Amino acid sequence: MGLTKGLTTVSYQPQSQEGWIATKLDFLVNWGRANSLWPMPFGTACCAIEFMATAASRFDLARFGMERMSFSPRQADVLICAGRVPFKLAPVIRRIWLQMPQPKWCISMGACASSGGMFDNYAVVQGIDTIIPVDVYVPGCPPRPEGLLYGIRMLQAKVMRERMGDAAIRDEMEPDPSSRLYIPPPVIDELSEPFGNSVQQTRSGL
Amino acid sequence: MTDASGIVYPGGATPTTPVAVPHRGGPVNPSAAAIATRFPGFVQRVDVVWGETTVVLDNKHVLEVVRWLHDDPDHRYDYLCDVTGVEFRDAQVPFEVVWHLRSLPHRRFLRLKVELPKGAPLEVDSVWPVYKSADWLEREAFDMFGLRFRGHPDLRRILMWEQYREGFPLRKDFPLRGRFSRSEQLRQALAANPEARYSMEELSIADAFEDLPADMRQRIGAGEKTGE
Repeated sequence: MGLTKGLTTVSYQPQSQEGWIATKLDFLVNWGRANSLWPMPFGTACCAIEFMATAASRFDLARFGMERMSFSPRQADVLICAGRVPFKLAPVIRRIWLQMPQPKWCISMGACASSGGMFDNYAVVQGIDTIIPVDVYVPGCPPRPEGLLYGIRMLQAKVMRERMGDAAIRDEMEPDPSSRLYIPPPVIDELSEPFGNSVQQTRSGL
Repeated sequence: MTDASGIVYPGGATPTTPVAVPHRGGPVNPSAAAIATRFPGFVQRVDVVWGETTVVLDNKHVLEVVRWLHDDPDHRYDYLCDVTGVEFRDAQVPFEVVWHLRSLPHRRFLRLKVELPKGAPLEVDSVWPVYKSADWLEREAFDMFGLRFRGHPDLRRILMWEQYREGFPLRKDFPLRGRFSRSEQLRQALAANPEARYSMEELSIADAFEDLPADMRQRIGAGEKTGE
C-alpha cells in the first residue's frame, strides 16, 4: 500500500465533491458517448417515416454522431421507438431493451409511443414507459425531423450531465418476476388514464 | 369478343367504365338472376347499391352457391376479395356475413350476404374448400367477431394473440378500451414469449413434428400452449 501512503482517502460521495480527475474523466467519457450514440430504430408506424427522413441527407442524423443505425440491439446505445406499440409487440420491445448493453437510453418518438396518442383502444399500449424506462419524449404526430433532432440534442445534454460516481444511472430494470411489470399496476393504470378527446368516448360506456 | 387491342373477353361484350351510377337500382349483375334460376329458393333478396349487386342468401347453401359461381364457365368468380362480418344495432338481424367475389374473366363483382337473425348461432359454412385464400380472412372474422366457419381447417385467432381472453373486439358490446384494466392487459401481453414464433398448435400440425426435440413433443402432447 506504499502507493497510497501519504494520499488522503477520497470518500467517493457523488453528491458532495468529486476530484478534478474524476470530473474531467466524466466529461471526456460523456463527450465521447454523447457524440457517438448509435440508435436502434424500432419503427412501427408513420413516425418511422419521419425518422428515416431525419436520417437521410437533408437533416442528416450523422451530424450528431449517429453515424450508424444499429439494427442489432447488442450494438446499440439508444432505442428510438417511433410509432405505436400494440400489446402484441410489448414483449418484443421489452426483450430488445433488455438485450441492449449498458449504457443505454431510450427516446419515445411521437404521441403514440409516448402516450398511446389517438389510439386509446383495446390493442395499443398507452405509452411505452409502462414497459421500459424512457429518457426523452418527443411530442408530435408525427414529430418533424427538427423535433426529433431537438430530442436527440436533449438526450445528448442529459448524457453530458451523467457522473460515473452516480451508480444509479446504470441500474438495470428489474421487472417483477411474476407479473413482469417494472412499475406497480396502479401506476400503469394511472398513466393510462384517458385524457383529451378520448375522455368523451361514448362507446366505452356500453 | 375481341377489342381493338386484341384482348379476348370471354364474357362477350367489351367492358366499359360505368358512368352516372345511381344510388339504388341500375344494372343488375347477371349472376344474381343466374343464381336464382339455378338454385330456386336460395336467394332471399337482391339489392343494387351504387352499381354493385348484393345477393342475400340462405345460410345453409352458401358453400354450394359459391362453388357453383367459382366453377361455372359463365361466371367464373375466381377471386375472393374479402370475407367479413358486420354487426348492426338491429334487434332482428344483428349480424351479417359478407363475401366479396370478383370474376376477372367476366369483369364482374358480386357481394354475397348471409343474415344471422337474433338468437341464431354465429355459424356459416367456410368457403375454404373453394378459395384457399379464405383461410386467413375467415380467421380474421373469427378473431374480430367470433363468427364460426364450419369446415375451416384451422380456426384460430390471427390478429390478437392466442391467449387473448377479453372477447371479440369488433362486437358492439365490446368496450373500446377492452374489458381488463391497462395493467392487467399489459401483464398478459408481457407474459407472451416473443421468441415463440410458432404456437404449440401450429407445431403440432407441422410436418416437422417428428424432428422436434423430445421434450417439446412431450409438452405439445400434454396440450401446452405458448405464452402463459
